[in-house]
Amino acid sequence: MSRNLTRLAPLAVLVVLAVLPFSTLRIPGLFDGVLNSPGTLQLLALCLVFGGVALSYDLLFGFTGLLSFGHALYFAAGTYVANLALTELGWGLGAALALTTAVGIVLPLLVGGVALRVSGIAFSMVTLATAQVGSIVVLRDPGGLTGGEEGLALDRGNVPDAFVGVLNTVNVYWLALAYLAVVYVVVAWVTGSRAGRVWQAIRENERRVEVLGLRPYDFKLVVFVLAGLLAALGGVVHLLLLGGSTPRTTTADFTLGLLVMVVLGGAGSRWGAVLGGVLYTYLDSRLTDLASSPAVQDLPAWLRVPLSEPLFLLGSLFVLVVFFVPGGIAGVVARLRERRAGRRPPAPTGGETPPPGRVVEQLRETAARGAGAGAGPRDGV
Amino acid sequence: MSTVVLLAVTGLGLAALYFLVASGLSLIFGLMGVLNFAHGAFLTIGAYGTWWAAGNLPGAGASGWGFVLAVVFGVGVGTLVAALVELALIRPLYERHIEQVLVTVGLSLAMVALVRAIWGADPRPFPAPEWAKDTTSLLGASVPNDRFLLVGSAVVVLLAVLAFLRFTRFGLVIRAGVENRSMVTALGIDVRRAFTLVFAIGGAFAALAGALGGVYLGSISPGQGTSLLIFAFIVVVIGGMSSITGAAVAAVLVGLVQQFANYYAASGVGDLSVVLLLAVVLLTRPGGLTARVA
Repeated sequence: MSRNLTRLAPLAVLVVLAVLPFSTLRIPGLFDGVLNSPGTLQLLALCLVFGGVALSYDLLFGFTGLLSFGHALYFAAGTYVANLALTELGWGLGAALALTTAVGIVLPLLVGGVALRVSGIAFSMVTLATAQVGSIVVLRDPGGLTGGEEGLALDRGNVPDAFVGVLNTVNVYWLALAYLAVVYVVVAWVTGSRAGRVWQAIRENERRVEVLGLRPYDFKLVVFVLAGLLAALGGVVHLLLLGGSTPRTTTADFTLGLLVMVVLGGAGSRWGAVLGGVLYTYLDSRLTDLASSPAVQDLPAWLRVPLSEPLFLLGSLFVLVVFFVPGGIAGVVARLRERRAGRRPPAPTGGETPPPGRVVEQLRETAARGAGAGAGPRDGV
Repeated sequence: MSTVVLLAVTGLGLAALYFLVASGLSLIFGLMGVLNFAHGAFLTIGAYGTWWAAGNLPGAGASGWGFVLAVVFGVGVGTLVAALVELALIRPLYERHIEQVLVTVGLSLAMVALVRAIWGADPRPFPAPEWAKDTTSLLGASVPNDRFLLVGSAVVVLLAVLAFLRFTRFGLVIRAGVENRSMVTALGIDVRRAFTLVFAIGGAFAALAGALGGVYLGSISPGQGTSLLIFAFIVVVIGGMSSITGAAVAAVLVGLVQQFANYYAASGVGDLSVVLLLAVVLLTRPGGLTARVA
């Protein structure tokens, strides 16, 4: 019975989130206005988008063990390509979405095709470098297309009226929720499929997958493209939500932010990654507000200075989580559940799926192996 | 001709910066298997330490020995921070490489944010001695002196590190540890002391790169370290992950390619061609330039 409840939990959360804009509840401290005020809905929608993007990153890092440092590239490609199609080419939203989807498939296919030839740290570096190319291109502003450091404002003329204007924030909120739901369903479906099991097998032991007669390269490429596509679509929703593209989404720090979200929530856990993305985005936004609030401004300098930088607090929090809460939020919940059930934690046998959130511990062996070999040529190759 | 000379010397100056950052990275990676994302933060700390000392430390200043003292102070702070980071945060996670990388990621975010909180996000003009701003005529080109300062420092560092690794007992332990860490431990030598040493050395070089980068660019900003770090990573990978000489060769290659392509093609093409270079090297020699072909 409790199993059924767990199954239904995401659906219940979805329903609650869907009817949330009809509520005029005021939660002092957590949000500034009532729940269905445009400001609050905007923040919530942003949290939902990043929940989805974090989940797409978890597909790579948590489920397949691919530590990519270039996920920002696909998200940024999504927002910039859609923006250019809408603003420069004057296309409709449908056509822009189709173009973004095409780019969201081709770009990770090209990058992944090269990057996945190498493994371990070298893979991380190639993804980092290619994402850096994206960042450089956007900042150089070729032909005045990307707007450089200023970012690129969206021409709302071609966007359906339902997504334009402060009063319609609620529609964008529902769009963000729909995006998150789609990502969740897709990820749940693929990780439960045969391919999903191969991905997890690759994470555990890539050599063994090869010995079984499967080609890890193909499977890794598929998950790389899928994660890239989901991130690119997230970029489109982000674009509609913010009304423009910012070069901040192209930077390596953006990818590191995604990594922090996933580890915070629990790598290898679906709801953990979503929760991590939501929490991180919420904290980032609220801590920025807090920094400029009089409560902080009146503090003595040694307290005020660190508190004025959300990234300092989030970075420190992240270090603490890595140290003291291995497995993130999902790991804590799994441990609590075990304790309540009065069971001992299952012995780590080779073939079993690790409890959600414990993936980082599993990964480190792989990393150690990859690092020891210096991502060098395979024996005899 | 004079353009080529100027571009070549400037490229070598850039290569010197890359090498200073990459040498520490590859020492740390080779010995400990940790990809140190906090290295860019060490660079930023070194740059701001030097800048602060030049303005506030008695005896230090923007010229002559005062500037040397300021740089020594900046490098000292960078070394200290790196050693503390290793002792307090990396060591407890011994042999847990992914977590160590994650900790350095968190640190890089937090430390850069802290610097930004204290001194602001805007670039600060960096003090440089007068003679570094002058130019010297070389083969018909007027080359700014700071390029020679960069190249000279990098060469000194390279020779010093090679001598240290070759002729001292600690160097022997580090070289052996890069080859086979568990064997060194099995022989009864505590490799972990070498870990702290390597981190401190890496931090010192990064801090030096920060100070010299400030002279080269004329100003410092908190995000500078991170952008240099990405190219340093590329240098480390091209150089073969754990080889100092490999890093030196790769740094020269990357610096020159970047400068020439940026000038003769278009601004930005140089950065792109570096990434292309990385892809080509990895596809033809997956272990980098210095990989031994089995």
